[in-house]
Amino acid sequence: MSTDIYKEAILDHFRHPRNYGDLPDANARAREANVLCGDVIEMQLKLSGDRIDDLRFRGQGCAVSIASTSMLTELVKGKEVSEIKKLGKKDIIRLLRSDPGPTRIECALLGLKVLKMAVHAHLGIKMPEEPEAT
Amino acid sequence: MALNVSRIRADFPILKRKIDGKPLVYLDSAATSQKPESVIKAIERYYSEYNANVHRSVHRLSEEATIAFEQSREKFAHFIGVKTAREIVFVRNTTEALNLVAFSWARANLRPGDRILLTEMEHHSNIVPWQMLAKEKGVKLDFVRINDDGLLDLESFRELIKKRPKVLSLAHVSNALGTINPVKQMAQEAHSAGATVVVDAAQSVPHMPVDVADLECDFMAVSGHKMLAPTGIGMLYGRYDLLEHMEPFMGGGEMIKEVHLRDASWNDPPWKFEAGTPNIEGVIGLGAAVDYLSNLGMRNVRQHEKGLTKYALGKMEDVKGLVVYGTRDVEKRGAAIAFNLGDIHAHDLATILDTQGIAIRSGHQCAQPLMERLKVAATSRASFYIYNTRREVDILIRALETARKMFRV
Repeated sequence: MSTDIYKEAILDHFRHPRNYGDLPDANARAREANVLCGDVIEMQLKLSGDRIDDLRFRGQGCAVSIASTSMLTELVKGKEVSEIKKLGKKDIIRLLRSDPGPTRIECALLGLKVLKMAVHAHLGIKMPEEPEAT
Repeated sequence: MALNVSRIRADFPILKRKIDGKPLVYLDSAATSQKPESVIKAIERYYSEYNANVHRSVHRLSEEATIAFEQSREKFAHFIGVKTAREIVFVRNTTEALNLVAFSWARANLRPGDRILLTEMEHHSNIVPWQMLAKEKGVKLDFVRINDDGLLDLESFRELIKKRPKVLSLAHVSNALGTINPVKQMAQEAHSAGATVVVDAAQSVPHMPVDVADLECDFMAVSGHKMLAPTGIGMLYGRYDLLEHMEPFMGGGEMIKEVHLRDASWNDPPWKFEAGTPNIEGVIGLGAAVDYLSNLGMRNVRQHEKGLTKYALGKMEDVKGLVVYGTRDVEKRGAAIAFNLGDIHAHDLATILDTQGIAIRSGHQCAQPLMERLKVAATSRASFYIYNTRREVDILIRALETARKMFRV
């Protein structure tokens, strides 16, 4: 990949992540690490029925993982669980406006994975092995 | 004698490679080294001229392959100051060598409540096998602390050695910090306390003269691929009397003397530990790699790397926001330099450097406990070898400045 990924928007989300912190009345949580780099993302959601009312995340990671998670939280606030389930790689690349390439895409997808984990845990259903949409 | 680096570079075909039109600057030899033409050719020659299984058939090809295979064992033994080649066991890599020691030697010789002494700077491969053993056998693990300079705290070592561990297992040179540990001195003290000494020499044997007899260790683990040989070939040195009394690691062909339906007797070391058809091309490649390094002279290799490391450390001091981990004293460190630039994550930095053709390692360096000790999630690591130049260090420094500006550090 090129340094295209480090555009102003991404660096801005990395420096000033949106929806960052804790959500005291959260009713769904998940945490996951990227084995390659040790990045960790933690997410807290407040769901009413099938809708994500609010969410927060915390994380330690590279610009790609933090920025993509930050952008993702803006995208999914107020969305239905069925819509979350449909999100995949393409949507993250669309958010980033750049394909980070085969190795770094793992960083970009970490936040989405954690979001889905939290949603699935809340619904008490098993997380599918592969993303439902790519 | 100074290395003739331009001539060395001509021996490595991959160094002609361009990355996005820029010359490859390979600063990741601590992960794996590049391979010279002579090693590539030796493997090609084996397959095109005398490919056969070893130690089995009596035909000409097998005879030639067996001779080349055992010659490599002798070459490597000589290379690390071991007198009898039968003390060298071929395995896949350093990890397998350490697992072999834990599984075949320590498992039979340690009792519940015994202690194993490691250090905070170990690679996962010198932690996890011992953790597995600790769980199985109820033995305890202790860790020698490191100080803020990335050197082992010898006071902590002496405190822990008083607990009379049965094993001291440590890296000769740290893969993550570059620290050269005083293995000889520590081995002497550990032996006096009754411990068996295991040395992870993956980052020392490729880079400096190493003499097993001088270090007085009982086991030593090395990887071929970090010293110009192919991947998939590793070497375990073991004192013969220890190897002799150890049970095999795996069962199968080659490792037996006699097999009946209900029982079998073991072959002699080292073959007792080499079940199944070995990595013949890897061993032959290793022989060529040892020849190449012996021709250069390991003293010269060390001298070259020391000079380059000193040069790089000096230049890095001028990069604003750059933090280097480990000691600045090049007498006490090898040619791997770990660093972070401001709050730029190691992976972002590696990606930016990659666009300049520069290959570095980024991440937890397979040493997560050490990262916790340093209170960082990850580091970047530039590591040098025989083919690296000061010009390449300059390219690295320029790229670090670019990254710094991009992230406004």
